[in-house]
Amino acid sequence: MSVLVFTENWDGKFKKLSFELISYASKVAEMLNTSSTVLSIGKIENGELEKLGKYGAKKVISVVSDGLTVLDNQAYTTVIAEIAQKEGAKVVILSNNNTGKALAPRISVKLKAGIGSGVSKLPLSVSPFIVYKRAFSGNAYANILIKSDVKILTLAQNSFDVVETSNAATIENISIQVDGSLVKTEIKDVQKQSGKILLTDADIVVSGGRGMKSSDNWKPILDLAELLGAATACSRPVSDEGWRPHEEHTGQTGKIIAPNLYFAIGISGATQHLAGVSSSKYIVAINSDKNAPIFESAQYGIVGDAQKVLPKLVEAIKEIKHK
Amino acid sequence: MKILVCISNVPDTTTKVKFIEDSKKLDITGIQWVINPWDELSLTRALELKDEVANGIKSVTVVHVGPASSEPTIRKALAIGADDAIRVNAEPTDAYYVAAQIAEIIKNEKFDIILCGIESSDYNGSNVGGMIAEFLNISSVSAVSGLKFEGGQAIINREIDGGKEIVTVPTPFVAIVQKGIAKEPRIAAMRGIMMARTKPIKLVEPVSVDNLTEVINFEMPKPRAACKFVDPENPKQLAELLQNEAKII
Repeated sequence: MSVLVFTENWDGKFKKLSFELISYASKVAEMLNTSSTVLSIGKIENGELEKLGKYGAKKVISVVSDGLTVLDNQAYTTVIAEIAQKEGAKVVILSNNNTGKALAPRISVKLKAGIGSGVSKLPLSVSPFIVYKRAFSGNAYANILIKSDVKILTLAQNSFDVVETSNAATIENISIQVDGSLVKTEIKDVQKQSGKILLTDADIVVSGGRGMKSSDNWKPILDLAELLGAATACSRPVSDEGWRPHEEHTGQTGKIIAPNLYFAIGISGATQHLAGVSSSKYIVAINSDKNAPIFESAQYGIVGDAQKVLPKLVEAIKEIKHK
Repeated sequence: MKILVCISNVPDTTTKVKFIEDSKKLDITGIQWVINPWDELSLTRALELKDEVANGIKSVTVVHVGPASSEPTIRKALAIGADDAIRVNAEPTDAYYVAAQIAEIIKNEKFDIILCGIESSDYNGSNVGGMIAEFLNISSVSAVSGLKFEGGQAIINREIDGGKEIVTVPTPFVAIVQKGIAKEPRIAAMRGIMMARTKPIKLVEPVSVDNLTEVINFEMPKPRAACKFVDPENPKQLAELLQNEAKII
């Protein structure tokens, strides 16, 4: 019996998301009086694999296979489910990111394992197995009972703190021959945004709404984001107008994020927008309308014209950072 | 080529949800029900693809697992332009149950492309699409933000962390669809609403499947502390609060 956690890698490297997952899985394993095992697929240097032990994993299984260089959901599912069975995993944990969302439901059917998706806390109890997750797009939360013997959880990004330990993991390298006929996904082209902080990874996000009035007015937002090492985001009307790219749209139908700090600038705070950002630890709202609903969700607010307030804020932050 | 679009019946996205019976059930009083927003975008794209005659799409069918009370939402999908509909007459108890029902439909009636929204705005699960594909042992592509045909082959855009991939998979496949797949949801015109009245909704009884999960109860989000307002002439105060009180910059 164990808790199996799957993490993808990004060009052979792991990132904070992986460490959150393993920290979380190790705590779940503790609750079950067992240990956590990490499954990695793809060619990774041993030094990078060893890092994973620091977050509490007792074992790291590194699978290398020519058939798995492309993310084919069917082929990956087969491998993850096989390893889960071999390890006698009672709980399989993945991220609630694009890859996790693609794989978890397939693994669920393969293992006949009930799924708790987008969990943001440790299970309330493990017997019965009850998890806490977002529902009604952040307007509520649900406690879900998972009845099957094996359980699958997908962990919401930025919802669990990374815990470093003095633990070291044993590393098991496995090479698997994947039946070529199983891999049906063919990649025609890849377009990567390089050098940008990913919105879903970012600790701080600076976001602009319709109140910014025009795409020409975005400089103060970009300045603040650059100063704070933050990602930039926007509300739906802004991406619909084409002022900012669609990738930046946060909200119910866009990206769901949970940074430590979210600046909502010129954003009124419609329910659909809040659905995407309400899990942020702190929300700062800057809006010229003192009745804007965003102030009900914000811890800090400024009623004023963003064009005037932001440059002053940038200067003030520069000043205190230099102290 | 035939397309199947899976639709959920969800409360309008501006609904302030309330719960009854010890927070076990949603209070449906006064709720406006709509097609789940991502499903509506899937349907829109399916119809756009059908409109391009060269794509050779014969029909767009919608499928829904739910009780008779969700028929108005199915009629909406028909009014928007779906050719016909299938309703599995059952309470959608969890994603596994729903996916098993839809998979059964597809086993009995061949579809080439199955479209599912990436999540429903009520349970926010993101599970049904992938589960259907695994039940049927066919390909699935998730986080799909574009779908078109070139030379009879489906060309799919999928979002990855920090970028996009253009991929192909053979039919039949399940595409799990997100924002970007269609610009705006298509709106039903008067003619469509009239026609929808006579379009067929095929009623199918469920197959016996045990659900794997169940909702114990719901909780409301914790209310946030009241907003601290800072003088717009003195944003330095905000910078200090973020540094000293919140300790996040």
